[in-house]
Amino acid sequence: MTGSRKLLIFGGMAFAALGMLYGLQYALFVEHQTLDRMGGSLAQSFAAAATRNAGQSQAALKQYGETKYDYVRQVDAHSHWIGLAMLMIVLGVMFERVNFSEGIRRLVAISLLAGSALFPLAVILQTYHHGAVVFKALAVAGSGLVIAAMAATAWGFARPRTTA
Amino acid sequence: MAALAKSSSALSTFAPMGARRLYIFGGIALIAVGMLFGDVFAVFILHQNVGQQGAALIEASRAVADRDPAAATAIFGRLGGLLEDRGTKVDAHVHMIDAGYLALLLALVQPYLALSQRTKKALAGLFIMGGILLPLGIFLIHYMGLAYSPFAVIGWASVLADSAGALLILVLVLQAWGFWKYVRSRQLSEPELPDEDSMPRRALLTGGTILVLLGFLHGAYYAGTQLYEHERMETAILQRLLDASAASNLDAASAEVNDFGNLAGARAVNIAAHSHIIEFGLLAMLLSFVQPFVFLSEKWKRRWVKVLLGGSVILPVFVLLELKLGLLAGGIADIGGLMVMVSLIGMLVGILRYSGSLDFAENNVAKAEAGERAR
Repeated sequence: MTGSRKLLIFGGMAFAALGMLYGLQYALFVEHQTLDRMGGSLAQSFAAAATRNAGQSQAALKQYGETKYDYVRQVDAHSHWIGLAMLMIVLGVMFERVNFSEGIRRLVAISLLAGSALFPLAVILQTYHHGAVVFKALAVAGSGLVIAAMAATAWGFARPRTTA
Repeated sequence: MAALAKSSSALSTFAPMGARRLYIFGGIALIAVGMLFGDVFAVFILHQNVGQQGAALIEASRAVADRDPAAATAIFGRLGGLLEDRGTKVDAHVHMIDAGYLALLLALVQPYLALSQRTKKALAGLFIMGGILLPLGIFLIHYMGLAYSPFAVIGWASVLADSAGALLILVLVLQAWGFWKYVRSRQLSEPELPDEDSMPRRALLTGGTILVLLGFLHGAYYAGTQLYEHERMETAILQRLLDASAASNLDAASAEVNDFGNLAGARAVNIAAHSHIIEFGLLAMLLSFVQPFVFLSEKWKRRWVKVLLGGSVILPVFVLLELKLGLLAGGIADIGGLMVMVSLIGMLVGILRYSGSLDFAENNVAKAEAGERAR
């Protein structure tokens, strides 16, 4: 088994386990409370508006927006980690059909591995600093690495079979 | 039978009730049932649920206009129930299909796991069980609630779902350990999958890779151009809705509820198109590996591949077009989903025929050997 295949299969299994563990701990300790807070703050904003308490209503709506911002990103990170992990394992099994030299294949595998680690991590980090440009940039860089690796893989599949 | 004779290792790569068979049958069945559930959910529940959410928001704005905070809070309790109803069904659909994908994937990596056949089979059984119980638990969350639960916020259905999730993780960790042992020993525990270079296989592999790439590009485009804007718009619309309701301007409030629904629709179709095109791409790539086990004529194998790839493009494209064409596009998208399901079932039938033929041939050989010994 070549180094690029090992990298993809090992990396994929590690990310799948990581993504599942993250999802499990989130579902057990955070998700229910987050959903309660999200629904509660939206209800509170309407209840406060009914008593014509504009300040409290706005504060509750702001809390709703922030909680939902976090919730969407936590779920996205969990699903993207597992999804990218599955893609890595599938590609790992058939990576020898990507018709480049092993050196280029390893580069593509490293790009996919780095992007798959970086993208969901940057998405989670956004929940700690809402709107931080550096984390948005990291997410863009991570997704860029994954897209570049996939484009190279598609090209490799399309090339006539010359190398093993 | 000639197709079976092609590979001398056919039986060893597809042993009766072996791990690989369990993963392939269980995986395809989980994906097909998960998709059927998604289609039924989209047709009979999703649109009605969205309509009820809009009606609840209009009621809440009336409660605000009437200065009735208790009614507003009660309506949000009901709205929470509607969101939970929708969310758990989406999650059950997604988790069942993903467990199916993982099962197909594990079928591929079996030769690289240095574990005994018995352990592999036990792990496969546990994995399929977890893949069924996890979405079942998620589905039941809305209906069971906190009934008889000793916990403050977690009901028994959540406990079932979380336990099944933990079981899947455990199986995966053990598989990773088996892979680690293989890397150290460098000895395959069973023959690799046949390296067939057929048209259906190439079409699924190339088509799948292109679908995944298109999905990534669409996701990047959506995240870069609309995601943050949509998040900002949501709170802005809700703020305007609250202001209009507090001013007892119910016409303006209704218009804001309408905008809120349109925004939710725009987000939902973009996310659905992104996730479905990638998942169908991954499915096509995974199915390329099981083609040597699909015991159908070349014509039918090609036919199912075309139906699968056609449906994989139709569903996400028409989901995106729902914003412009409405329910017509939604109906065509559902037909796309149905095409994928039908082709999956067609391939599953081919694999069942393959395994039946293999078992029949093995029984004949065993009988002939017994006859020889008796003579």
